[in-house]
Amino acid sequence: MKKSVFFGALAATTLVSGMALAGTLDDVKARGELLCGSNTGLTGFGNPDASGNWSGFDVDLCRAVAAAVLGDPNKVKFIPTTGETRFTALQSGEVDMLARNSTWTASRDSELALDFVAVNYYDGQGFMVKKDLGVSSAKELDGATVCIQTGTTTELNLADFFKQNNITYQPVTVADDSEAQRQYLAGACDAYTTDASGLAASRATMPDADNHIILPEIISKEPLGPVVRHGDNNWGDVVRWTYYALLIAEEKGITKDNVEEVLASSTDEEVKRLLGASGDMGAKFGLDNAAFKNAIAAVGNYGEIFSRNIGEGTTINLARGLNALWTQGGLQYAPPFR
Amino acid sequence: MAMATDVPKDGFRLSMLIYDTRYRSYTIQLVVLVLFALAVAWLLNNTVQNLAARGKEFNYAFLWQRAGYDIGQQLIPYTNDSTHFRALLVGLINTLVVAFLGCIFATILGVVVGVLRLSNNWLVSRLMTIYVETFRNVPLLLWILLSYVILSEVTPLPRDFRVTDEMEAAGEAPNASMILFDTVAVTNRGTNIPSPLFERGLGTLDLGFMTLNLTFWAVVAVIAGSVFVNRRILASARAAQAATGLRPVTWWKSILVLFAPVIALLVAMGFHLEIPELKGFNFAGGILVAHSFTALLIALTLYTAAFIAEIVRAGIQAISRGQSEAAFALGLRPNRTMSLIILPQALRVIIPPLISQYLNLTKNTSLGIAVSYLDLRGTLGGITLNQTGRELECMLLMMLIYLTISLSISTVMNLYNKSVQLKAR
Repeated sequence: MKKSVFFGALAATTLVSGMALAGTLDDVKARGELLCGSNTGLTGFGNPDASGNWSGFDVDLCRAVAAAVLGDPNKVKFIPTTGETRFTALQSGEVDMLARNSTWTASRDSELALDFVAVNYYDGQGFMVKKDLGVSSAKELDGATVCIQTGTTTELNLADFFKQNNITYQPVTVADDSEAQRQYLAGACDAYTTDASGLAASRATMPDADNHIILPEIISKEPLGPVVRHGDNNWGDVVRWTYYALLIAEEKGITKDNVEEVLASSTDEEVKRLLGASGDMGAKFGLDNAAFKNAIAAVGNYGEIFSRNIGEGTTINLARGLNALWTQGGLQYAPPFR
Repeated sequence: MAMATDVPKDGFRLSMLIYDTRYRSYTIQLVVLVLFALAVAWLLNNTVQNLAARGKEFNYAFLWQRAGYDIGQQLIPYTNDSTHFRALLVGLINTLVVAFLGCIFATILGVVVGVLRLSNNWLVSRLMTIYVETFRNVPLLLWILLSYVILSEVTPLPRDFRVTDEMEAAGEAPNASMILFDTVAVTNRGTNIPSPLFERGLGTLDLGFMTLNLTFWAVVAVIAGSVFVNRRILASARAAQAATGLRPVTWWKSILVLFAPVIALLVAMGFHLEIPELKGFNFAGGILVAHSFTALLIALTLYTAAFIAEIVRAGIQAISRGQSEAAFALGLRPNRTMSLIILPQALRVIIPPLISQYLNLTKNTSLGIAVSYLDLRGTLGGITLNQTGRELECMLLMMLIYLTISLSISTVMNLYNKSVQLKAR
């Protein structure tokens, strides 16, 4: 009898663990709240203000997903994760999705059992140094002390870069962006390396931003994007197409302000499908037919999100560059919405 | 009389397992054991099932893959082409070094503070009380961060040491200069000390799985030999003293035996010091002792010494006053009374709790991650874990290693404890 109880318990646990993995979409709907793994605080990308309201480029993507799934961009709980804890938090179900500057790599896709659903920012690793160091190229950094965040792909790129150029460095491994900034500003390291967008964001918050330069070398490809658990394809599709909806919106000139107007007047079939005026595309994802319209109405299109949070004119001041739409020579391209 | 030994020879019945006091305890123990084993099996099975459900299988093959990252402080050769296992070893050695030095310094400081706290000098004993109460009542992590911040914020930048041509022409001194006859440079990154170099070193011996630095081991072997011979000399001197009552003069023999062979060996191998020099961004040459190491060591020492001081004080106070009064009556001075009468007896009380302090200190080294010290927690449990995504394997292996270290320390200390215990004669 004891044995049967044991096997019963075993079967039950197996069942429960199996169920917890599938159906994130249903979980989110039942909970009425999206759990979004965010950065612990990176200006422009994901940062809480003094009253605890999160804003930023990655944060807006979570808000768009919440608007699509739950109809309300504010039904998101942001859970700060560090470079070390982010994937574990996602795998264990502590968060439904990650939107925090995570690089898409083959081993993360395969070995870590994660799915990168899209690339919302094409980035590359760079170096920041103080102007008075007199360095104009990363190849002049021979013998330098370099601050680097642990748990990131940048550690590996850094080692490769210095080896390829046959120069040496002294690594100082720090836990997060704020500690790296503290050490860099105190002069404990000559250079700080992370994604170029992260460097720009860090520099924006420094009191003497003009005294720091970002070196021209970009030493790696860092495609950053939202991540979901492997194996829950339906949920992955929801996040992926919410993001693509924002891209298509920019391509078609749909903005936060004119979305209702476009909905009423547009004769473009793809726009009508996207906004839910015709067809049942939303329902095919298990969502409301107006889901993607809600997402666009909540945060605006990709271009609006970019320029509001990190674009030229903000403190981060990043050019669109690779992240321009494909129609403007960039890499951002959405498959057809049909 | 014979009746008492005559046990009734009933056959064994199953109900006796519960109702007979002779067997009942076995039954209960067996049931508990089975339940415990089931619980363990359930936990293991649950883990395996959940891992399988996530598409992750449990294995340690990742340890033999290329690590790909660099480590600041490495006491054995390591490059980013080495394996994760090699990185683990580098981290383990970093852990052991800081734990070993920490235990030694904490013991010395702790014994001194513990004795001084009992001093009759009011000022000294109060100062020691303040030290003990301050350090043991503030979390260790804060002490580590504090010492790191102090070390890295008050020391000069490497470029402050630079003397440019204009400054030389103007006769200006640089903002910072090296200390100890221009051999040691303290910057905001670490302390650069001279490193020993050999012109005619003995090279290395490749054993396949590891390489031995023959020069280093030759020096160790010669020192060990000298110490052994010196002990023989002292032993024969003691024997002569016991036999004749006269102690032969040994000090010059000891000095000769202890120092002459090592010096001869060092001269033969062409020993000289490499002085650190400012090159580019940092000092090059010599050995860089990073502030993360120094800060961790200082904080661990000061923190643990406060606890050890209390243990030593308790040990000393456990010895009855009669002992010191008897020693004084024999004409022994206070410090000889302490070292010959009190401390040897106090050791019996001191050592068991001291073992726990050593274990605590060793485990506390894992806080080094807060100041970027890459110990076992930083390599295996930090970067390797992150880069490979093998949380469970890394954590289990790390726990196993910490367990092994702790059990080894406690075995050695228990042996020592046995040797100083009161021997019944």
